[in-house]
Amino acid sequence: MLPRGLGRAYGDAALPAASGGLVLETVRADRIVAFDAASGLLTCEAGLSLAEVLRVFVPRGWFPPVTPGTKFVTIGGCVASDIHGKNHHRDGSFGQFVERLQLLTADGSVVSCGPAEERELFLATVGGMGLTGVIAEVTMRLRPVESPWIVLETKPVGGIDHMLESLASSAADWPYTVGWIDCLARGPALGRGVLLRGRHASRDEAGERPPRPRAGRRVPLDAPEWALNPAFMRLFNRVYYAWRAAGRRRHVIPYEQYFYPLDAILQWNRLYGRRGFLQYQCAIPRDVGAGPVRALLGALAASAAASFLAVIKDFGEGSEAYLSFPIAGTTLSLDLPYRGRSTEELVHELDAIVVRAGGRVYLAKDAVTRADDFSHMMPRLGDWKAVRDRWDPHRRFRSAQSVRLFGDPA
Amino acid sequence: MKAAVVGATRGMGRALARLLAERGDRLCLLGRDDAELVASARDLEARGAPAPVATARLDLAAPGGFAAALDAADQALGGAFDALVVTGGAFAPQAELARDPARLERLLSVNFTGTAVLCQMAAERLAARGGGTVCAFSSVAGDRARRSNYLYGASKAGLTAFLDGLEQTYAARGVRVVCVKPGFVKTGMTEGLPVPPFAGEPDAVARTVLAALDRGRPFVYAPPAWRLVMLVIRSLPRAILRRLSF
Repeated sequence: MLPRGLGRAYGDAALPAASGGLVLETVRADRIVAFDAASGLLTCEAGLSLAEVLRVFVPRGWFPPVTPGTKFVTIGGCVASDIHGKNHHRDGSFGQFVERLQLLTADGSVVSCGPAEERELFLATVGGMGLTGVIAEVTMRLRPVESPWIVLETKPVGGIDHMLESLASSAADWPYTVGWIDCLARGPALGRGVLLRGRHASRDEAGERPPRPRAGRRVPLDAPEWALNPAFMRLFNRVYYAWRAAGRRRHVIPYEQYFYPLDAILQWNRLYGRRGFLQYQCAIPRDVGAGPVRALLGALAASAAASFLAVIKDFGEGSEAYLSFPIAGTTLSLDLPYRGRSTEELVHELDAIVVRAGGRVYLAKDAVTRADDFSHMMPRLGDWKAVRDRWDPHRRFRSAQSVRLFGDPA
Repeated sequence: MKAAVVGATRGMGRALARLLAERGDRLCLLGRDDAELVASARDLEARGAPAPVATARLDLAAPGGFAAALDAADQALGGAFDALVVTGGAFAPQAELARDPARLERLLSVNFTGTAVLCQMAAERLAARGGGTVCAFSSVAGDRARRSNYLYGASKAGLTAFLDGLEQTYAARGVRVVCVKPGFVKTGMTEGLPVPPFAGEPDAVARTVLAALDRGRPFVYAPPAWRLVMLVIRSLPRAILRRLSF
């Protein structure tokens, strides 16, 4: 069986193993168990969504310590993927703000674990993709904020070295940083894009009005395939870059607009048409320099596999959780329109660059990475497997992803 | 509002209780499962209901306990509740009810007899102290019997008629009666059933109901599209209705 939250994993992490196993949908287990308004300590059933946490607690001056690019994820899912956000360089990943988990393990018992309690089980569950058991309850710390607004500053960046430098130099003063890259730019302009830096607005900067929720738009049908040809995408990128490139600009915007731009377009995946897309995200360690990132962008530009959204970010130190994705260095995220075998081959090619550089891919997005390649990416995979052997020797918890990557029975 | 709520632990009741909590209404939760009631009470306190949100035992199949439960609600809500909201009810697929008389009897008791007796007692209590609101969740299934669910539907048809009469009788004494008729709503109760068009989400239904509660509208369909759907179903000639599979 497999626990499943809001199912936002891009690949097969939340899909059952092929034999038609049981999927435990957790979204109705969404109650708040306790909240301490003095410390920001929140205990909740793991099916509670980040969207609800924002809705209930931002007006009271509390914000999630780490948030991914969508708010439609469960707290349990945040733990299981050990999600990271635009503030990783400063604050680390989600698991580092979790004090305690309550887990339903394979033998039916309810086990409490945390940094100082059943520590190995905790380190295997954070980032463990739901494979150590069902996360039933989470105790975590929220962060106090003065307002629901974000101060955003945008800055055009001419190429990959400039982008990496800018991320590094922004790190001290800006809690949230991320870069958007034009994947179709080649040669000296490789990696050109826009740097988006943000921080929570103070009460004075924000004013009294709460941000108005914007009505979401919905993509009503699958876009036709010809919309994603390189010519169209080149035009799109050029327009976006020009828009952002009018020098440095500063805005005060609602937090939703800064953190969750795609959530405003419900079913945005339909823009990729009926065949959809693969999402690829990798992390490259700091000590190997910009070479591997250049190589990845080069491979992408050469393949004419257009990518609407290429995002680059610097990571700070990784956490101790065994399968946690972030490591100190750089992360790159790409959308690859799915064209069948050629797209999967491209992923294997990118994986090879990542393995050579000592990096890894993100399980919450992974769909086609091979078991062998993955085993070379995670130095603590053995520690993780040992915990699974102890708590779930018969592999009652498994997913389509664990069948592919860890040899679980289908 | 100082509301006694039956069914706040799950589904539409949970969503509605949360809306009440968020606007600071005082709440007392009534039901059968202590652990669930307490867990929901803590959730509602965290969302804005004045603490403590009290809980008390009530089983819609056991009318002998109703007076004590209403007393407990009065006590918990500063001496007198001013609204009773009953969202809870029983459901089972038609085939199971048809072959299991005990199950059928229990469903009819919970959905019709128990709910009617509770609402009658509450209405009388509220009228005696100047007014208030009684709200119960019936169903579109009660608008017309259909082969696919007439046993469940009958329990709701009875409830609808009861609430209709209650509304007419107690309006003059200051008690507003709200009969909610949900169409198909995606909750734990309907899990596994094929989802028809116009299926509702609990949060949206709760908002529709809250608006009706505040205005004291006697009948409300949620989602609203079901008013039209049932108008069509009610006008179908019997010969055609007999042949419908849904």
